[in-house]
Amino acid sequence: MIHWQVIIPLLLFLIVIFGIGIWANKQVRTSNSFMQEYFLGGREMGGFILAMTMMATYGSASSFIGGPGVAYNTGLGWVLLAMAQLPAGYFALMVLGKKFAIVSRRIEAITLIDFLKKRYDSNIIILLSAFSIIVFLFASMTAQWVGGARLIETLTGLNYTSALLIFAASVLVYVIIGGFRAVALTDAVQGTIMIIGTVILLIGTVIAGGGVENIMQNLVAENPNLVSPFGADGNLTPLYVSTFWILIGLGVIGLPQIAVRAMSYKDAKSLHRAILIGTIGIGTIMFGMHLIGVFARSVVPGIVIGDKVMPIVTLEVLPPLLAGIVLAAPMAAIMSTVNALLILVSSTVVKDIYLNFMNPKATEQQIKKKSYWVTSIIGLAVVIFALNPPELLIWLNLFAFGGLESAFLWSVVFGLYWKKANKYGAISSMLVGLTLYIAIDRLAPHIFGMHTVTLPIAVSFFTFIIVSLTTHKVKKLEEFHF
Amino acid sequence: MQDKRFKVAHKEALIGVGLVVINFAVWFGFAYGLGSGDPLEYRYVFGFPAWFFYSCMAGTVFMIVCIWLAMKLFFQDISLEEEDEQK
Repeated sequence: MIHWQVIIPLLLFLIVIFGIGIWANKQVRTSNSFMQEYFLGGREMGGFILAMTMMATYGSASSFIGGPGVAYNTGLGWVLLAMAQLPAGYFALMVLGKKFAIVSRRIEAITLIDFLKKRYDSNIIILLSAFSIIVFLFASMTAQWVGGARLIETLTGLNYTSALLIFAASVLVYVIIGGFRAVALTDAVQGTIMIIGTVILLIGTVIAGGGVENIMQNLVAENPNLVSPFGADGNLTPLYVSTFWILIGLGVIGLPQIAVRAMSYKDAKSLHRAILIGTIGIGTIMFGMHLIGVFARSVVPGIVIGDKVMPIVTLEVLPPLLAGIVLAAPMAAIMSTVNALLILVSSTVVKDIYLNFMNPKATEQQIKKKSYWVTSIIGLAVVIFALNPPELLIWLNLFAFGGLESAFLWSVVFGLYWKKANKYGAISSMLVGLTLYIAIDRLAPHIFGMHTVTLPIAVSFFTFIIVSLTTHKVKKLEEFHF
Repeated sequence: MQDKRFKVAHKEALIGVGLVVINFAVWFGFAYGLGSGDPLEYRYVFGFPAWFFYSCMAGTVFMIVCIWLAMKLFFQDISLEEEDEQK
């Protein structure tokens, strides 16, 4: 059965997104520096847009679909865990902060790898970084793509393949023609929808549940642990939950899709506004969506598949038109993550591989052509993989977040703030971080009761310092103020 | 020559680290300080268990106020561009 009242808001949303893509394409065509425009939006983002694009890129299918589903089964302890994401709103922007922005302007960096290249002067680092970005982000793109298609499938009753094609077409067109500016501007729309959708649904759920007190009583009656910080089974230990701060709060600095945003804003004022707005936005979404998941247990009991909690609750507690607006939120979350990854992978291929190794003397015209082509081909490749996702990609996607963080976190932070950081330290910490992450995940996940990412981040931290100190030889880097 | 801008940037990065430490302390302290007992004997604030209210709700609002204050009081509006007028 197709709910037209639900679908109309979704269609309107897609039309707005398309319009933005076409408008951004005009900017791309008239800009005098194609690459800076297409991959960084000309470094012109203001505070609101920066905040929304950070938040929307970070908030993905898991914040709107997966997370509430787990919260439904775990209780308030999962909301507590989700709140470890609050620093994602301010920490990355404050720590990368103005130094990253100043340095990247000075060395004319367009990608995170540009920055690493200038700082460490090593081809191995470029290749290693490019390889991890392409592999991990391609895998997470595929996973998000599958999520988007599944969502359309549930909402419209279309089959998976048509749902996937609709979703892909709507994302690909505006990203290919509009570049980063289209990505950031659509993120602003998508981010706003995510916040509004969360607030509407939270209010609707509380009303449908007969108020907070009533909901809490129901939960306590079912299982008192649902309202404790330890989770329904009591297995969320303080140590385990605390180590999530590393994965989803602090380590976010090491995610290339986040770092690249920290070099694309206009001025200091934009940064200040973005930090405040972004933190409020992330706080609202993470708190709201996960709490909705918990409340849903009392409002709509007996949902078996976690991923269906959010759509079912929405259709249950809201009138159709409002439900359409709210269901545009997970759609927006998925699109805004996918579009950021697509343009990032494309910039890695064009700027870091093609221009560095294959054709350093490419003309503006050649770069332009390559960029459009590369973005289109990667986009289509993802669609093909998403039709029937191979085992390997699903596996890689699970590593994407932690893997990128293990690889990049310290190279970026030390590269920015520690004079003695050198390429040997960076390479060894990247390799140690990545290998250890995969090894621990395979052999002993949750080792010592901590999240898998904890040890790799800690060990690569010490590796970086020790190797850098023992091989110390860094030339003076005026640009970095060393 | 450009010393001042980097000094400002370094100070602000440290403020970021400080805020995270505060954030973690508030979050952890209230959650496990108030929430470790028997769930049937929890105190409730506005319908929520007290640990949850203070750690996830009041704590979040408190952090947002701290960040707002940090922006107002410590973060400086400096130029990010290359200055052409080299002396």
